[in-house]
Amino acid sequence: MNEFSSHAACVAALVERHGARQDALLPLLHDLQAEVGFISEEAIRALAAALNLGRAEVQGVVSFYHDFRTQPESRPVIKLCRAEACQARGVEGLIAALPDDFTQRVALDSVYCLGLCSVGPNALVGGAVQAHLDAEKLQQLAGVKS
Amino acid sequence: MTPPQTAPMTVRVAADSLALACGADAVAATFQRAGCEVQRVSSWGMHWLEPLVDIGGEGFGPVAPGDVAAILHGDKTLSIGKIEEHPFIARQMRLTFARAGKTRPLSLDDYGATGGWRGLQKARELAPETIVEQVTASGLRGRGGAGFPAGIKWKTVAAAPCTEKYIVCNADEGDSGTFADRMVMEGDPFQLIEGMAIAGLAVGAGKGFIYLRSEYPHAIKTMRAAIEASREIVAPFTLEVRVGAGAYVCGEETSLLNSLEGRRGEVRAKPPLPAIAGLFGLPTVVNNVLTLAAVPHIIADGPEKYANFGLGRSRGTMPVQLAGNIKYGGLFEAGFGMSLRELVEDIGGSTASGRPIKAVQVGGPLGAYIPLDQFDIQFDYETYAGAGALIGHGGIVVFDDTADMARLARFAMHFCAEESCGKCTPCRIGAVRGREIMDRIISGNGRPVDAVEGLPQMHNATTAGRSHVDEVALLTDLCDTMKYGSLCALGGFTPYPVMSALRFWPEDFGLTRELVEGASA
Repeated sequence: MNEFSSHAACVAALVERHGARQDALLPLLHDLQAEVGFISEEAIRALAAALNLGRAEVQGVVSFYHDFRTQPESRPVIKLCRAEACQARGVEGLIAALPDDFTQRVALDSVYCLGLCSVGPNALVGGAVQAHLDAEKLQQLAGVKS
Repeated sequence: MTPPQTAPMTVRVAADSLALACGADAVAATFQRAGCEVQRVSSWGMHWLEPLVDIGGEGFGPVAPGDVAAILHGDKTLSIGKIEEHPFIARQMRLTFARAGKTRPLSLDDYGATGGWRGLQKARELAPETIVEQVTASGLRGRGGAGFPAGIKWKTVAAAPCTEKYIVCNADEGDSGTFADRMVMEGDPFQLIEGMAIAGLAVGAGKGFIYLRSEYPHAIKTMRAAIEASREIVAPFTLEVRVGAGAYVCGEETSLLNSLEGRRGEVRAKPPLPAIAGLFGLPTVVNNVLTLAAVPHIIADGPEKYANFGLGRSRGTMPVQLAGNIKYGGLFEAGFGMSLRELVEDIGGSTASGRPIKAVQVGGPLGAYIPLDQFDIQFDYETYAGAGALIGHGGIVVFDDTADMARLARFAMHFCAEESCGKCTPCRIGAVRGREIMDRIISGNGRPVDAVEGLPQMHNATTAGRSHVDEVALLTDLCDTMKYGSLCALGGFTPYPVMSALRFWPEDFGLTRELVEGASA
């Protein structure tokens, strides 16, 4: 978990850093997710109160953007590019060939373009970019196969 | 292993995220362990050679850590000769990417030594109107989608009577097949900063935001470090990076502004234009990375030099991005006017898979699919618009003959449905219905039914099911509605990939050319 006693305490500390203006909402949500792993109901209420926004307004922003999770994720996360350039280089075939239990062990998020479009299929794993993926490399990245 | 030289040899390895993704760090570390001085530079843009290693101007690639010892002992197997003389580089006309491969991205010394800040210095001696005039005279057009002249936008903001204005760099245009923005931000970040500072002087804005997509973590890091390093140089102009959150529609300028304000990235209806009422309701220049990065050259070397490249109303150079299933993929900057055939077959070397080319998509996920027999089309804004296609961001994605165009067309509709901001009906509902029609066409069943909506009494579909001709006519009609009725390019341009795929590859949909032509007539 983290050094904060609650998600609300974490929100308070981050609001201190970013300021209590609505335009700080995205930076706040990014930091919050980096800190506690997801955007909880408690954090949304705390954010709404701190920024003087309606709860639904904050909820609306959280749900609009693909990056924000509202549930904790315990599996390792692989952000796999499924945009056209990676499709042209076979990413869909790669996914189809994954073993059945792969997505039980790994959270496979789709992203649309990492900007490495001439060396795909590509993925973002824990902040590191990976190119030239094949089934074996993907499983290694997932820690499913060493 | 000891290298043969006594003095440490200088070895340059790119630290660009594409090179990193291909294993550049391990290669750099191996050279370092062997006693070499390693410089981490920007990428030359020859992606099939990454990690590319530059030793005294000679290139080696793609290098694996296991190749390092042999290279240091004079093995030439991986040598490509002098990098600057390599045909891929020699054939280019590099302005925006003039420093690519040559400088360390965060080195102020390297930037200054290669002509950096000259534009800003000059701009400080010019009247704001003169800066705007020069940008107008250069013919620079927004390098994003519509190709709107940058000078006119700047003039509107400059003329607005507010004391507070903003420069916003749209670094969220994450079209598949494009990476020029990323390469500028990771490889030559000061150039973008300089361009934004000049824009600030021209229109009277004191603050700039770079709205950068979260899918580019390395660009975010580099841009932030570059802003910190150049803070005093661009002062009193200040800059801030704001990170997007995975919404494609935020590449649309008005969505981006809402997102910057901490709201849902919903498109705003225009007017008012952002130049009149943009960020926080104030006059705002919104330009993309390539547009702003071209500005320092224009001011430093004069607008004529820039305008001399290109043809017709497409002036300057265009960083073309060769992507997808292509043998020699990478960044190719050239004047407008090359044919698609030259770019894809001659320079790009055709497909990486070695199979025949089936289609290329130009201009990102909302660009048209172009068949092989139209490859002589000339690369400029007007020619493409005339052919029902888009240059967009200059990305070219190549597909080989295994590509299923029906599936790709369906993907375009699916993508639009997933990414729609929801503000306007043609895009929000049209894309969902479009995907359904496409599913019915692809499954070959025609319309089975009213069960799709489950509302047999409430719409006017025939109860007997719908023929393929009817389905195609419906899809065509829907695409027209999306094209002319959507608020922004997401819904408005989705018909390009969909209809081009249907028109040129009807057999992939289980249809015939006659049927498609008849239905869309």
